[in-house]
Amino acid sequence: MDRGIYFRRKLVNSLGLTLSAASMCAGLVGLTWILWTLFYNGLAAFGSDFFFASTPAPGSAGGGLANAIVGSLMMVGFATLVATPIGILAGIYLAEFGAKSKFAAVTRFVTDIMLSAPSIVIGLFVYAIAVATLKHFSGWAGSLALSLIAIPVVVRTTENMLNLVPSSLREAAFALGAPRWKVSLAITLKAVRGGVITGVLLAVARIIGETAPLLFTALNNQFFSTDMSRPMANLPVVIYNFAMSPYEDWQQLAWGGAALIALIVLGINILARVLFRSKVQA
Amino acid sequence: MKKPMGISATPSPTEAASAAGGQRDTGQQAALAARVRRFSAQDRLFGGVTFMFAALVLVSLVGILISLVIEAWPALREFGLGFFWGTTWSPTDDVYGAVIGIYGTLVTSAIALLFAVPISFGIAVFLTETCPVWARRSLGTAIELLAGIPSIIYGFWGLFVLAPILQEYVQPLLTATGLPLFSGPPLGIGIFTAGMVLALMVIPFIASVMRDVFETVPPVLKESAYGLGCTTWEVVRNIVLPYTRVGVIGGIMLGLGRALGETMAVTFVIGNANRLASSLFAPGNSIASTLANEFAEADPVLHIPALFALGLLLFVITVVVLTAAKWLTQRSAARAGH
Repeated sequence: MDRGIYFRRKLVNSLGLTLSAASMCAGLVGLTWILWTLFYNGLAAFGSDFFFASTPAPGSAGGGLANAIVGSLMMVGFATLVATPIGILAGIYLAEFGAKSKFAAVTRFVTDIMLSAPSIVIGLFVYAIAVATLKHFSGWAGSLALSLIAIPVVVRTTENMLNLVPSSLREAAFALGAPRWKVSLAITLKAVRGGVITGVLLAVARIIGETAPLLFTALNNQFFSTDMSRPMANLPVVIYNFAMSPYEDWQQLAWGGAALIALIVLGINILARVLFRSKVQA
Repeated sequence: MKKPMGISATPSPTEAASAAGGQRDTGQQAALAARVRRFSAQDRLFGGVTFMFAALVLVSLVGILISLVIEAWPALREFGLGFFWGTTWSPTDDVYGAVIGIYGTLVTSAIALLFAVPISFGIAVFLTETCPVWARRSLGTAIELLAGIPSIIYGFWGLFVLAPILQEYVQPLLTATGLPLFSGPPLGIGIFTAGMVLALMVIPFIASVMRDVFETVPPVLKESAYGLGCTTWEVVRNIVLPYTRVGVIGGIMLGLGRALGETMAVTFVIGNANRLASSLFAPGNSIASTLANEFAEADPVLHIPALFALGLLLFVITVVVLTAAKWLTQRSAARAGH
């Protein structure tokens, strides 16, 4: 054996593996670094004012994000309320009724495209159909944009979950004479309840931090408002505006808002994983 | 997965009635037939409703395309196809051309892939080949959590943490090389920084797709290579990579699709300047950041249609890239199924 070749192969191997371990470390360092700066700067902003006072006027000290938090919750809430039934029913169609049809294949494909389509384009679309026609920005328009982003997430997880249900379960229900709608809703959907809830949670996590589609649909509102037919404050847009502002206490509030969103998103992601894992094991 | 799709799930009224015939009196038969008819009507209704919602997803994609074209029409009529290679974007003169946005979008995405692809590849190799089994799951989860962080947080972090570091340490070093790509004052923000933030953002996406396709390699193949005396690195290069090539490219395209359409991570750090510069350190604008910055205050006569035309262009580009990505990953999944 040629010792030179042997040595070179060993060297290349250890070099390659070291670099791969190094990139893993870089990824983890990135994650920790982002979270650390976020929470270090953000948690300092948390206080009773942060949750119970509205966004301050330029230059005035104090204030909080109450209007933005409530606005975000309302818009995300309505978007989820709309997207969940639509997404679940469309998912049922793809898994139970369409199955191998051409139409279902096209829909699946389009759903996957919509999953990764630029969210700012969704904002443009909603602006064109809801804001430009009604001549004013509104919370409803923002909610509509968010639901358009959430629907594909729910459709895909519902379909994937339903595909995991063994056919014998369906056949047993059919043999008892149950109609198809009852089998779909009361047997298969119920069997994968945990997975579908996971999908809805992931959709919420996805839309709660979405900024681009809200920029020109919900816009922003400096004041506390629960009127969905008017421009509405929301966390992501407030974070964006305040972070880009020259005022230090606004930037501080933006850090707090960003930390809050990160906490919510990470919390939901972890909860979804735990839920789904216990469901699969059971 | 087999499903009883071919068999009709509900027996037709006549079948059910004849099966029950003879043993039951006509009253019962009629009741049964009525019930079966009711069931099948309910099924048709339910099937129709689910079909309608599935069609809604399709309709929304078509609707987006149509509405973008309609809204962009005034600008396209004014500038013609020249819009797509016009190098001026000036709201004050009402002259709009897409080149600045296209350049910013493509260059930031290219920088992002340049950094993200090797790092993602390293992460995927580590997770599938060298990582101790007990740590695989938690490390994989950490990478996936990174993918879930909203892009506004990446942008925010990029502006306040990454940009000053690049400005202080990295950019002067690169400027010292004398290359025209790295000329100009180190501003911290600019096309280069936007590319870096994007890289950080797409790494989790690309890495998780790569890890998933690496896991489809049959262990037998890898074990035979090890049996011949290959090192781990040689197995990755000569067995895993050729076997998963299509899926790996699909994963990269998926990352590219994300990077092209990303708004917030870019808008914070790109500098928002509507000019073309040869230096990567100069501020610029991508399609998405132009939209985010100018839309709310744009003039409805020509500026908003021009922004819609940009959005249309971005949508078409990303749909093409994502379609390619989808096609490639599907091909690789079909192959893994054999």
